[in-house]
Amino acid sequence: MACETHLTRVWLILVSNEVERVVTKNNAAPLLEIKHLKTHFFTEDGVVRAVDGVDLQVFPGEVVGLVGESGCGKSVTSLSIMQLISAPGKIVAGEITFEGQNLLELSEKEMMKIRGDRISMIFQQPQTSLNPVFQAGDQVAEVFRIHQKLQDEEAWEQAVELFRMVGIPAPERRAKSYPHEMSGGMAQRVMIAMALALRPNLLVADEPTTALDVTIQAQIIQLIQDLRKEVGAAVILITHDLGVVAEMAERVAVMYAGQIVEMTDVISLFDKTFHPYTQGLIGSIPVLGKVKERLEVIPGSVPNLVDLPPGCRFAPRCRARMEYGLDLCTKVEPQLIEYQPGHQVRCWLYQDTEEYKAPLKDRG
Amino acid sequence: MTDKTANLANLDKEGLSLKSVSLWQITWRRLFKRKSALLGLGILIVLVFIALTAQWISPYDPYQVLIGIEDVDMRQAPCIHLLGCPKDQPQHIMGIDGNVRDQFSRLLYGTRLSLMVGLTTVSFAIIIGTILGALSGYFGGWVDNTIMRVMDVLLAFPSLLLAIAIVTVLGPGLINALLAIGIVSIPAYARVVRSSVLSVREMDYVSATRALGGNNFDILFKRIMPNALTPLIVQGTLGIATAILDAAALSFLGLGAQPPTPEWGQMLSAERNQVFTAPHLVFYPGFAIMTTVLAFNLLGDGLRDALDPRLAHTSK
Repeated sequence: MACETHLTRVWLILVSNEVERVVTKNNAAPLLEIKHLKTHFFTEDGVVRAVDGVDLQVFPGEVVGLVGESGCGKSVTSLSIMQLISAPGKIVAGEITFEGQNLLELSEKEMMKIRGDRISMIFQQPQTSLNPVFQAGDQVAEVFRIHQKLQDEEAWEQAVELFRMVGIPAPERRAKSYPHEMSGGMAQRVMIAMALALRPNLLVADEPTTALDVTIQAQIIQLIQDLRKEVGAAVILITHDLGVVAEMAERVAVMYAGQIVEMTDVISLFDKTFHPYTQGLIGSIPVLGKVKERLEVIPGSVPNLVDLPPGCRFAPRCRARMEYGLDLCTKVEPQLIEYQPGHQVRCWLYQDTEEYKAPLKDRG
Repeated sequence: MTDKTANLANLDKEGLSLKSVSLWQITWRRLFKRKSALLGLGILIVLVFIALTAQWISPYDPYQVLIGIEDVDMRQAPCIHLLGCPKDQPQHIMGIDGNVRDQFSRLLYGTRLSLMVGLTTVSFAIIIGTILGALSGYFGGWVDNTIMRVMDVLLAFPSLLLAIAIVTVLGPGLINALLAIGIVSIPAYARVVRSSVLSVREMDYVSATRALGGNNFDILFKRIMPNALTPLIVQGTLGIATAILDAAALSFLGLGAQPPTPEWGQMLSAERNQVFTAPHLVFYPGFAIMTTVLAFNLLGDGLRDALDPRLAHTSK
């Protein structure tokens, strides 16, 4: 698997997993429901609207991918769920309902009980996420000491058991290693062990494979997949790697400048993309066997979140807007609408109003 | 997967050693490569040995006035048999002090006092300074402002002057002098700890611990502090030297240890008018103070180099 390149991997996996990926029409209540979440940072330069009205549902046991460029608000969304936003950031509006509780209404103390136990998180940089002065096993044991009030020895045994579970060779000895003696892949295994120690219902994985090299990436993804099934956790997978999304996610939300611009199941995401931004993202992946002089690019860069363009946030970079000569894009902000069953998109190409007729309303 | 694991485990047994080395062990090894630090450490070990065994190795009782016991004069020069002092005279290798006591024994007992002064004042200052600095660095905001402004006020006075003021209020005496020196050195530690907590609290592993559900107390004192200790250790070691000097100065001024306590600063002060007639009574205590302070400074500098995070992963 390691030697295959990116996009072939994407497609192969999509096809091979299709049987497995029964897109369960969940009648059950969502495990996590984010409504109109707005997290802003009040800086000297002005208010940075890092997350600006995000709606997201995660059902028990499913993997939701959250995709977007750097600085589009993916990580801030995940930190908002964990309530780990520190000053000058603040959740200014919205609701985050987890297992029927609105997390935003909980006290810090109640939230502490949930973190690491019911919801846990894997970070991007495994090696800096481990405390350099403690043995790796001790840090995993900490989870048991905090939440289950286990004694040192018992917690240590549990930790070693977890080391074995995440496939670390010689777990008894490796538990005694310090983080600087571990490779990135091994450190990430330790982080995964920590995150899944108490069998959480929701795992937030913030770019779990970004800092690792490609062969290790595949192993880590496989590990997360396996353990996820075993533990039965839902996963919010934050990444900018569409290959990882194709491999793991069932549904995908594409974020741009603090908002979700498209949301659908993973097959339609690659199959019939609606939003011009998503089209650009997928178009910019190199395809094995296709000779191209240059890869497609999305012109421009992510707008300054302090000074967002009026109307659609993607409008200044949007090819489709030029192509169809749409004026509305730069004036009025489109809404996230359910364009097709289970496929939401935020774009004036698909959304009608009373006096405006969307050019692509009836296509697709 | 299991195959691979088994293989790796075998490899491991066959010699790919997985012996874990903590950062402290690395530091220790690096410290041993520095000659000056080793010299400091060596002197310190000798001093500690002297302090612990003073009652057995000192030839006389430091408080005993030898009038009528031995045939010696006040401020008599050192008499060392090896160097040709007549065998029939009692041997006093550092001479006799102004109250006809054995200077050598007093000096040995003085080691005890000086080390004690250094350790107690610095521990006192470190404990209080660390708590204050950690709280202000971690919580920031008004907590930080309140604590650090008080520290600024303390820092605004020259430390010895402030110590003198405190001792004047509390009354002279060794314990009060210790307290004064302790209070005076709190701000230095508070600042050092605050700055390192400020930088450590932004690290990923702190957010990771928070994401695991750790509470503020655990995060601050169990997870952040061990990483913020490095500069504190250096500051503390160097601080012991300053504390010993300050204590000697206070005693010299008559505000610290009172006679007949064998304290180096006090011994200096008692004989300072006899510098020209009996130089040995001023030289030895002065030399002892210098050696001790030097030892702590050498060790402190060595520790600073050994603990330098920029070298952390270069030479194991």
